[in-house]
Amino acid sequence: MAGKRAGRDGFGQAMVELGEENEKVVALCADLAESVKVHYFAEKYPERYFQIGIAEQDMIGTAAGLALSRYIPFATTYAVFAAQRANEQIRLAVCYNRSNVKIAVSHAGLTTGEDGATHQALEDIASMRAMPNMTVLVPADASEAYEATRAAAAYEGPVYLRLGRTPVPELTNGVGQFEIGKARKMNNGKDVTLIACGIMVERAIEARDILKEKGIEAEVINMHTIKPIDEEAVVESVKKTGCVVTAEEHSVIGGLGGVVSEVLSEHSPVPLMRIGTQDTFGESGPPEELLTKYGLTAEKIAEAAQNVIRKKKNTAMSTN
Amino acid sequence: MKEAINMQSVEYLEKVTKRIKRDIIQLCSANTGHPGGALGTAEIFAELYFSRLRHTPEQPDWEGRDRFILSNGHICLALYSSLARSGYFDVEELATFRKINSRLQGHPSREDLPGVETASGPLGQGLSIANGVAMAQKLSNSDVNVYCLVGDGELQEGQIWEAMMTSAHHKLDNLALIINWNNIQIDGKVNDVMNIEPIDEKFKAFGWNVISIDGHNLQEIKHAFDQFEKNEGSPTVIISKTVLGNGISYMEHEAVWHGKAPSEEEALLALNEIGICGFADDLVLK
Repeated sequence: MAGKRAGRDGFGQAMVELGEENEKVVALCADLAESVKVHYFAEKYPERYFQIGIAEQDMIGTAAGLALSRYIPFATTYAVFAAQRANEQIRLAVCYNRSNVKIAVSHAGLTTGEDGATHQALEDIASMRAMPNMTVLVPADASEAYEATRAAAAYEGPVYLRLGRTPVPELTNGVGQFEIGKARKMNNGKDVTLIACGIMVERAIEARDILKEKGIEAEVINMHTIKPIDEEAVVESVKKTGCVVTAEEHSVIGGLGGVVSEVLSEHSPVPLMRIGTQDTFGESGPPEELLTKYGLTAEKIAEAAQNVIRKKKNTAMSTN
Repeated sequence: MKEAINMQSVEYLEKVTKRIKRDIIQLCSANTGHPGGALGTAEIFAELYFSRLRHTPEQPDWEGRDRFILSNGHICLALYSSLARSGYFDVEELATFRKINSRLQGHPSREDLPGVETASGPLGQGLSIANGVAMAQKLSNSDVNVYCLVGDGELQEGQIWEAMMTSAHHKLDNLALIINWNNIQIDGKVNDVMNIEPIDEKFKAFGWNVISIDGHNLQEIKHAFDQFEKNEGSPTVIISKTVLGNGISYMEHEAVWHGKAPSEEEALLALNEIGICGFADDLVLK
């Protein structure tokens, strides 16, 4: 695991710095401080840390109250307990109020692992991005999670920050400054666009390397902001490549695949395939084995890429 | 800089109560809405907005204002009347209640209307928000008080009990929760639908300072808030026994008036029963 860090580690580091820099930054937790890596903040700034206990709905409301009093609260728990357990609280107290609450969650997706389907949020992006006023961030690695946390604190308004649980290699460090709503292009390519978020960015890069050996040049886009989606980046890339594969650790319904489909259907319809869980719950198991079983691998992305390239060629032939 | 508390006499607040009740009937009749609970809380609103709260309607976001969090948003007619009559917006705007393009939404919208501290309507959320506001005041060493109003049926929401623990655990003695206990909810009597009693014993067991009052007695309301202001180390709950549709003979205790608008004829009858308040229809009360 040398050199690998999880998204939540980047979050924990950024929170300690933010606590030092801005006395308005406060944190709340629902009995999962160490899992979410907010315990560093809690140790350093105990007076600005609020333990709410196992009561996520109350935590979201409390965070909204702090935000309405001009604090910048980060409410932390697992994805399933925030986006899903406290969904209506997020809708009313956070989004409808446009209160400056940051909802930072870990343990999203299959990599939650052995805890099983109950704890693997695979529908949270869909429900969060459907809410007016919400910004949805899914950073790819620890560095990006660090940058996203700082960007969320600087941004005025509700943010859903989805952090990875498992360590991943550094992919974004030094690539560029993080900007909400501005996709990161990881490399140029001309044959197919691979759009990924979260831990699937690493796999999209691996897929690019697999495709390279087959003489296919894939362009990889790290779509760390699901909402507002960077329409320009998507449309611009597929104008060049003419086909796209999306990859996310989330259901293909309503997440990254959903939003990219929406953008392209309206602006530039091209062959598209969505890698993600296929309208199913997860199960217990080691993270890597689960990702393989549910088809969230570099090989599946590469396979899908070859499929959409074929479709693109067939479409071109039938229209000639 | 704190402004002096603008304490008003019971006699004056009785007239204000009538003004709020007349507004509720007039607006609800002309539009739609929830008259019953709103009428039953008119005295509480009169005491808060026209006597107790330190607030500056001309500067609604003044940091030093006391906060009033309405949790049972459906009774917003009482809130809108209080806000307009205390100068947050023009009294004429009350007539837009529940109409398209209005800032006076069917349930309160913070983003739209000055003076609304939070959106509400979906029940059970206000106390959590009030806790957050109260924690923020503690953190800022401010002497701002936080008042939160909930309905009695609302105590059936689980989030309320989560929040009750939080208020006591964090020793939020700058927070007063007022329960409008009229024992009526949409499907009938609260105790028949889902019993919430004994309310006082439950709050005591949760570590709260408990005060029980007749919610139509302005003297008792004043005394309860005085007691709250003196209390230290624990949050205060004021269990305010009220009559749904108080003062309107055909509405009192009738669940149907939770969310039904009176007809023109019924409204006239109601206004007669409330009686003259002594304040003109367009008057802002300072």
